[in-house]
Amino acid sequence: MAITMTVPAAERVKAFLDNRGTGIGLRLGVKTSGCSGMAYIIEFVDELEEEDQVFECEGVKVIVDPKSMVYLDGTELDYGKEGLNEGFKFNNPNVKNSCGCGESFTV
Amino acid sequence: MALLQISEPGQSAAPHQHHLAAGIDLGTTNSLIATVRSGVAETLADHQGTHILPSVVRYRIAGEPPIVGTAALAASIEDPLNTLASVKRIIGKSAEELSSIPGQYPYQFAESDSAVPKIETIAGAVTPIEVSAEILSVLQQRAVESMGGELEGVVVTVPAYFDDAQRQATKDAAKLAGLHVLRLLNEPTAAAVAYGLDSQPEGIHAIYDFGGGTFDISILRLTKGVFEVLSTGGDAVLGGDDMDHQLAQWMGQQMGIDQPLEENPSQLKYLLSEARRAKEQLSTAAEISLHLKFGAFDWQGLFSLQQLNQLIEPVVQRTLRIVRRALRDANIEKDEVSEVVLVGGSTRVPLVAQQVEAFFGRAPLQGIDPERVVAVGAAIQADILVGNKKDGELLLLDVTPLSLGLEIMGGMSEVVIPRNTTIPVARAQDFTTFKDGQTAMSLHVLQGEREMVEDNRSLARFELRGIPPMVAGAARIRVTFQVDADGLLSVSAREEVSGVQAEIEVRPSYGLSDGEVEGMLKDSYRFAESDRDARMLREQQVEASRTIEAMEAALDKDGEELLNAAELGKLMQMIEELREMRSSEDSRAIEKKIEQVNSESEFYAARRMDQSVQQALSGKSVEEISP
Repeated sequence: MAITMTVPAAERVKAFLDNRGTGIGLRLGVKTSGCSGMAYIIEFVDELEEEDQVFECEGVKVIVDPKSMVYLDGTELDYGKEGLNEGFKFNNPNVKNSCGCGESFTV
Repeated sequence: MALLQISEPGQSAAPHQHHLAAGIDLGTTNSLIATVRSGVAETLADHQGTHILPSVVRYRIAGEPPIVGTAALAASIEDPLNTLASVKRIIGKSAEELSSIPGQYPYQFAESDSAVPKIETIAGAVTPIEVSAEILSVLQQRAVESMGGELEGVVVTVPAYFDDAQRQATKDAAKLAGLHVLRLLNEPTAAAVAYGLDSQPEGIHAIYDFGGGTFDISILRLTKGVFEVLSTGGDAVLGGDDMDHQLAQWMGQQMGIDQPLEENPSQLKYLLSEARRAKEQLSTAAEISLHLKFGAFDWQGLFSLQQLNQLIEPVVQRTLRIVRRALRDANIEKDEVSEVVLVGGSTRVPLVAQQVEAFFGRAPLQGIDPERVVAVGAAIQADILVGNKKDGELLLLDVTPLSLGLEIMGGMSEVVIPRNTTIPVARAQDFTTFKDGQTAMSLHVLQGEREMVEDNRSLARFELRGIPPMVAGAARIRVTFQVDADGLLSVSAREEVSGVQAEIEVRPSYGLSDGEVEGMLKDSYRFAESDRDARMLREQQVEASRTIEAMEAALDKDGEELLNAAELGKLMQMIEELREMRSSEDSRAIEKKIEQVNSESEFYAARRMDQSVQQALSGKSVEEISP
């Protein structure tokens, strides 16, 4: 059971956390919604939940709840640019289908 | 694969439901767009990596889309009539107001029957609103590409001194560009928000905005999350350009050019660009070497920061004189200012920051790029307004668009909350009864700037009943107007002696389009004089009624006892005359008649006074009445 992060992604997260001033790490998760079943959650974390699992990736704390872990195991978080747009990408081996935009997926 | 941003805890949006919002600094010289991504507010760049978009639009022959930005700016010399710059100076101004604006407009204004001036171009006549919309469209396109979706809303900044017409025109431009304006935000307020000053409990802040072509100073007071503009000052034709001109003159002298620089435009252009470069280099170095060469003129030498400072010192001093005036207008002493914020590219010049620091006696805030700080603040505000932050972080910066008031005797409107008051707000005013023994009062809530009830907008009517009978003017009825953060007005009335009260809720802006608000404002200016006359007449008519009422009540009671037949007849006749005069249209004549009645009946009032004193004293000893 593991989640990893590329170096560019980790640097971004560190910078965003520094800028925000508070927060213990980055929450990755899924929720059931969206046009193709599941959608990703990517949020700052101020408080840990009891069940949360915490990983250390490239110096960043990644926090995942056990339910999401099932869908995210083996995922690598990356940061990239497409034209003028930039942001985080989930490279998730569990995904079988995703909607055209990739914002939601099925496993 | 979608590119995702980090949300605040619990604020992750469903797919395709991201609340994308941006802040736009629509400037006179340059414009910028910024947004909050993963908690960071930053300006967005175009494909070349450039953040700043020159606010210049070049129109081309019909069918060819206009060019906006750097390419348009570059064409301003070869195609001056179709390349429109600085339209912010004329947006929202009527054709006749244009002559009073400082600075020169090389454009040809089209004859038009509407009040909005139109500029003649090769692509037809365009309004300043349309030109601004072109600039906004380019920024919008950049945002959509950078954020991967349509914008849900934007916050557009405007100078603090912009009037309603200028603000409305700015909103219209955004609408024309297909943008939804969440709110217009004052530029100095945006700069304060960028530095997080809004999260402080309260304080007075000075925003020193020294751009390329304009200088503005705003004194803001923050109380409970609301920024109030205490005063503004500025010079619409004083900017970094003036420093460049001083420097270019000096360079011309060094090179041995003796004719006025204005006579040779391309030489002037060369010197100005050299001046700008030297100025920028000296913002990080203490001394640079210059090599100036134009035609036969050639000069090499060293140029120090100290020399630069000497040349530009007078320009900086001019800005500080304006700052001093703004502080005086706001009735604020220098040491009451808690933070000073630097805005505008010209504040990068070290001397400017030093002089501002020396003036206020405290280091100004300049950690955020002064050219981008306004857009950054607008983006932060837009992010909150569109709902990406947790509740309770909403800034309240709205003001009442029109005055709110009550109808008083004679069909006049009495303002309780003046227009442009920041909301939320509560104001109370005391009213009283008009007649003896009056037990109820009808309250008519009004919105608008006109003097007479029928010219304003009626919002609601309600009644306060159960006032205990008292003589006219003795009851004290406190009417409280309260406008909450959403613009919801509630009015309550309470008689202070008996405690009876009544209240009502209304939504004042409901059903009023911005255009109607503006129409009502314009009417209030247009009819200002006739309104005033109508009000004076009504006031005298009310006063006449009151006098007649009081005289008749008195005569009824003791007229026959205290007056002989001739005196009584004379007074009755005067009352009749006043009654007739009351329905005339001449407020001066009514006023005179009232004065006459009052003076001619003085003897009667004196006798009544004597009588009541006698009654009070009769049968009492001196000891009983001495204090």
